[in-house]
Amino acid sequence: MTPLELLTWARGPGLSIALAICAFGILLRLFEIFSLGRKADLSKAREHSPGSGWRTILSRSLPPPGLMKRAPVTYIGGYVFHLGFAITLFFFVPHIELVRGLTGLSWPGLPTQVIDISAVAGLLALIAVLASRLSNPVKRLLSGFQDYLAWLLTFLPLATGYLAFHHLLIDYTLALALHILSVELLLVALPFTKLFHTVSVFVSRWYNGDIFGRKGVAS
Amino acid sequence: MAHDAPTIAETLRRQGISRRGFLKFCATTASLMALPPSMVPAIAAALEKARRPSVIWLSFQECTGCTESLTRSHTPSIEGLILEQISLDYHHTLQAASGEAAEAAREAAMRENHGKYLLVVDGSIPLGNAGYSTIAGISNLDMLKETAAGAAAVIAVGSCAAYGGLPAALPNPTGAVPVSAIIKDKPVMNVPGCPPIPVVITGVLAHFLTFAALPELDDRGRPKVFYGESIHDRCYRRPFYDQGKFAETFDDEGARKGWCLFKLGCKGPVTYNACATTKWNQGVSFPIQSGHGCIGCSEPGFWDMGPLYKPLSMPIAPVQMMVGAAAAGGAIAGTAMAMRNRAAKKAAQAAHQKVTVDDLEKAK
Repeated sequence: MTPLELLTWARGPGLSIALAICAFGILLRLFEIFSLGRKADLSKAREHSPGSGWRTILSRSLPPPGLMKRAPVTYIGGYVFHLGFAITLFFFVPHIELVRGLTGLSWPGLPTQVIDISAVAGLLALIAVLASRLSNPVKRLLSGFQDYLAWLLTFLPLATGYLAFHHLLIDYTLALALHILSVELLLVALPFTKLFHTVSVFVSRWYNGDIFGRKGVAS
Repeated sequence: MAHDAPTIAETLRRQGISRRGFLKFCATTASLMALPPSMVPAIAAALEKARRPSVIWLSFQECTGCTESLTRSHTPSIEGLILEQISLDYHHTLQAASGEAAEAAREAAMRENHGKYLLVVDGSIPLGNAGYSTIAGISNLDMLKETAAGAAAVIAVGSCAAYGGLPAALPNPTGAVPVSAIIKDKPVMNVPGCPPIPVVITGVLAHFLTFAALPELDDRGRPKVFYGESIHDRCYRRPFYDQGKFAETFDDEGARKGWCLFKLGCKGPVTYNACATTKWNQGVSFPIQSGHGCIGCSEPGFWDMGPLYKPLSMPIAPVQMMVGAAAAGGAIAGTAMAMRNRAAKKAAQAAHQKVTVDDLEKAK
């Protein structure tokens, strides 16, 4: 199989299979989670706190006071990675073209220099948080196989995309094929690992905010 | 090779090409092939002494576009004249002889220049049924094997001869294969393109005459000097790609301003060829300069590489139906899972035994 044939497979059947597994998995998990439900709270709400859930979505996206001192790598690394990853994912023109090809939606992209910086920032942040996870005994104790898997599956698309864009180490066509394949791996794993937080994060934040609001700790 | 044949330099002089013009050609060839300037005298000396090499050109499953490209793409130029300096002993389209006389010319050239002639092939070879493509009743496969046996080297010109090309596109009804799939015991050089750039052929011929060997090839048998870099990397529109400026349609403002054609399906990023540097028609232009994206015609299997007008990052086939069906399947599986979970919950509630303080006291 030549690199071009691999790329053609990745853009064709590979992408269809990955997206299908991803869609299947997300729907399965969402139905499962929502159908579990929660016990009805029969007690009277301690405080009337309309919108507490929505406010929590915002407040928990902002850094809590003191985190910078307690966990600077988590603090900075977390933000830099998520922002770098999101900018690279949503504002690189070929990525927007992919979304346009799938949904018909499109928006303006950013110059490649900006994407380049955000991708490098994302990569460095990922490396920093991994180093911190490995060197900090508490984090290491709390980490399992799935955490390292999630890290790898996130790291690979950024790394292969960077190699492809800059024509480093491997032939561009092969690098592009590997990049798309790595994204497909990420899509396949997304519903079944901690990576599912990309779908569930705001739902769980809303629920936490709302239930704590009822218990008198409104945000 | 007849020893009384005039040398290339003699023929060129007879045709009115000055020494200066000849050296200019040698210098251009050296720079095109990324050879150091010190090699120019060596090229000139070798070309001056070289006698017309015999070339046999076989055309199999092809469209004659490669020959058209070589013979018609420019007015007679020094490259064209050099091309005339080879002894083209057999070529369907160009030779005057036909029928048995033509085949006799091929056999004579093979006999007289055994082990020294160059074999140029355009078109792919059908393996499915010998009758799909024959010449004088001889199958393409037999003619290729027979002619290649005495060749010094084989040059597969065009994407069909190099990779199978259009005849090999899915579902490949004739079982078409490239030259390299059949000839294993001779040096085979691929000069892909649909058609390839004429100057690539003349450059390669000059290299063969100068060094009596084919130039350095990459892992796909292509001369590295011409196929070493992608169209995208050498494209004059590349800065627009980097700035995020793209033509959205073929007649919008971006197209008029000459912005990048990536969104219109340009395959420049995955296509390795010299179009962006040597260009066509004596350096006049190339497809991207004319406003159309690269279709990747010099890459293996480019016909099956997905739609020509879809960007490289877009899916090749529609995925909506499959993803929709998978999502519906996920919803159904999720509902089934929900029902199972609820049943388990109910069963647990039903099986729950209440323990009172009295019960505990009794248990003491």
